Amino acid sequence: MTATNPIVVSDSAPATTALRSRHLLGIDGMDASEITLILDTAEAMKEIGARAIKKVPPLRGRTVVNLFFEPSTRTRTSFEVAEKRLSADTLSIATATSSVTKGESLIDTVRNLEAMDPDMIVIRHASSGAPHLLARMCRSSIVNAGDGMHEHPTQALLDAFTIRTHKKRLAGLKVAIIGDLLHSRVLRSNILLLKTVGAEVWVCGPATLVPAGLDRLGVTITTSIDKAVEGADVVMMLRIQQERMHGHFFPSLREYFSLFGLTRERLLGAKDDVIVMHPGPMNRGVEIDSEVADGPGSVILEQVSNGVAVRMAVLYLLAGRDETLAPQ
Amino acid sequence: MKLLLKGGRVVDPANSVDGMLDVLIEDGHIARVGRDLPVEGADVFDVPAGAIVAPGLIDIHVHLREPGQEHKETVATGTASAVAGGFTAVACMPNTDPVNDHAGITQFILKKAAEAGLARVYPIGAVSIGSKGEQMAELGEQKAAGCVGFSDDGHPVRTALLMRRALEYAGMLRVPVIDHCEDPSLKGDGVAHEGFYASTLGLRGIPGVAESLMVERDVSLAEITAAPVHIAHMSARQSIRAVRAGKERGVSVTCEVAPHHFTLTDEALNGQVKYDTNLKMNPPLREQADMEAMLAGIADGTVDVIATDHAPHHLDEKMVEFDRAPFGIVGLETAVPLVFDRLVHRGLIGIGRMIELLSVNPARIIKVPGGTLAPGGPADITVLAPDMKVTVRAPQLRSKSKNTPFDGWEFRGGVAATIVGGRLVYRSDREAAR
Repeated sequence: MTATNPIVVSDSAPATTALRSRHLLGIDGMDASEITLILDTAEAMKEIGARAIKKVPPLRGRTVVNLFFEPSTRTRTSFEVAEKRLSADTLSIATATSSVTKGESLIDTVRNLEAMDPDMIVIRHASSGAPHLLARMCRSSIVNAGDGMHEHPTQALLDAFTIRTHKKRLAGLKVAIIGDLLHSRVLRSNILLLKTVGAEVWVCGPATLVPAGLDRLGVTITTSIDKAVEGADVVMMLRIQQERMHGHFFPSLREYFSLFGLTRERLLGAKDDVIVMHPGPMNRGVEIDSEVADGPGSVILEQVSNGVAVRMAVLYLLAGRDETLAPQ
Repeated sequence: MKLLLKGGRVVDPANSVDGMLDVLIEDGHIARVGRDLPVEGADVFDVPAGAIVAPGLIDIHVHLREPGQEHKETVATGTASAVAGGFTAVACMPNTDPVNDHAGITQFILKKAAEAGLARVYPIGAVSIGSKGEQMAELGEQKAAGCVGFSDDGHPVRTALLMRRALEYAGMLRVPVIDHCEDPSLKGDGVAHEGFYASTLGLRGIPGVAESLMVERDVSLAEITAAPVHIAHMSARQSIRAVRAGKERGVSVTCEVAPHHFTLTDEALNGQVKYDTNLKMNPPLREQADMEAMLAGIADGTVDVIATDHAPHHLDEKMVEFDRAPFGIVGLETAVPLVFDRLVHRGLIGIGRMIELLSVNPARIIKVPGGTLAPGGPADITVLAPDMKVTVRAPQLRSKSKNTPFDGWEFRGGVAATIVGGRLVYRSDREAAR
């Protein structure tokens, strides 16, 4: 994939020229044209990652703070790489070593940072709505890198980018999302995005892990993994957490795998050119078999590399710069 | 000392009175109610046109936070908020710090109330020591000190056995047990009503049955013990069904609904401001069908009382992530506008029923004087203004805390004046000048 051979997307809404909000709090409230803008911009960003000198100037002189209240290697480094490629000055704060352990409130933590005038704050937090609280109280642009069980918008965007790369479209595809639906922010963001761009979404998990009222989002809910996978263009597996056994959500990882694990046999029900996705980190042998995770249809590692391009696109568009992306 | 309330419409459902009458107050008691009473040296309060002279409103579910949490509210500020809201008396819950499980703490609260000299305060004592649900507190001693009810509010009465014994023992003392109905295992670490909006916002849910299962437990126990039980802050439609069925069987069960549960639903969480912690309370705002069940219960008599569950919290405590914010909103100063605007003016109930819900029934349930304008009784009177335009301004609330979801809302209906023991402790026309 090079800059001279871009993806031609046959059916998406025409891209708008700018994002409406100066924050990225979630997919909620975004329309198809904004999503297309981000994905199209990510194409150009991906090209930068293929250059020898992976750096362009749009965020030069801007300060971006990565404030991660939850441990994360993948997302945090992905944002850091994205910020550095755009020439931003980046600062990552891991809260285990910060004053948060001394009892400082979220608002005070951010206000103290703000006193040093960051342009953007990328926040990951265990409480749903934490980015929204910051957006109300603070001056910086806020980027949600995952809030509790609510949303993980850049994940859904990089998932859509990955799907679009392989399938050349998003509308009309059957996407099956399987796993712990109740606690998954990746699920919520993906449902919102995929429905906005016209995909058909099936979700599957144990009955104990289906959020109330989910059907109102226009998805098909099933507790049968075979029905979910049947004829699917995309199968997306979600992480299962061991702690959920204590809430009586399912009895054991072994039984979870036997009822809901993605194996090669189960995947045979999908389309021949099905792609298999996972936001990571994977529990091999719990939600997904290694054979599938490492197999021909898996695009899991591509998701990770697309994450940098998509996050570059998001930061670039939020910063509102339309400087050239030519090599420095 | 004589005070004459002149020219108002007196509505006193307990005595089947509704007419243009004057009320003469002498030495803190109601002396006479009649047409065109002579002034004869009394101070005259000209009741505003259209206003209603009613027996003083009584809020039987209020958190005054003293002792221990004076940064949120004190007895002084809480009773100031009460009279500004038209309440001549409040019953305060025992989840102070320390918990009011001991006569000494009740005596402390009563002393503070006397010093403030505003609304009457009737403490509700804890059912169990520390409200931990392990050991029954000294209910007899607490009653002697002045408690009018027993509750472990903040928590349910922990076990069916303890609830049964508490009902039997408190029943013997002729004091009601008031239960905060909630099954802890179903509530878990939930923060919002389990439904579409909690799911969309990624908030852990509390299902309606967490409440109704315990309502059913309490109705059954009240049935076998023949003791009165009062269900606090109902919110779920299944709870209304359980209370209605219990009443039909002749069980001595009463219940209350807070104004926010007949005004707001969980949809409000997804409004312009998402995750507003002034919408976080326990029990939570539920869905449309639950709110409609509360309205139906208020209209058909299943609901006995409207009580605010006034729960002040300091701004610093509420200005945090939704998960971490404490549950509760203030309510003393918005109750009357909400009852007028959402119930009376929408034709669901009349003024008489409003007074039953806010005065007659509360007085009866906690067995205190009031709820009536019969001569000889204490001169606790609320002058209601059904057409007063009220705009809620949180910074101007009398409560020390301002955690209300109704900031900026406009309502039709308010309080013109509040009289406790014959003393005019609040009047809205003086407030307008503030």
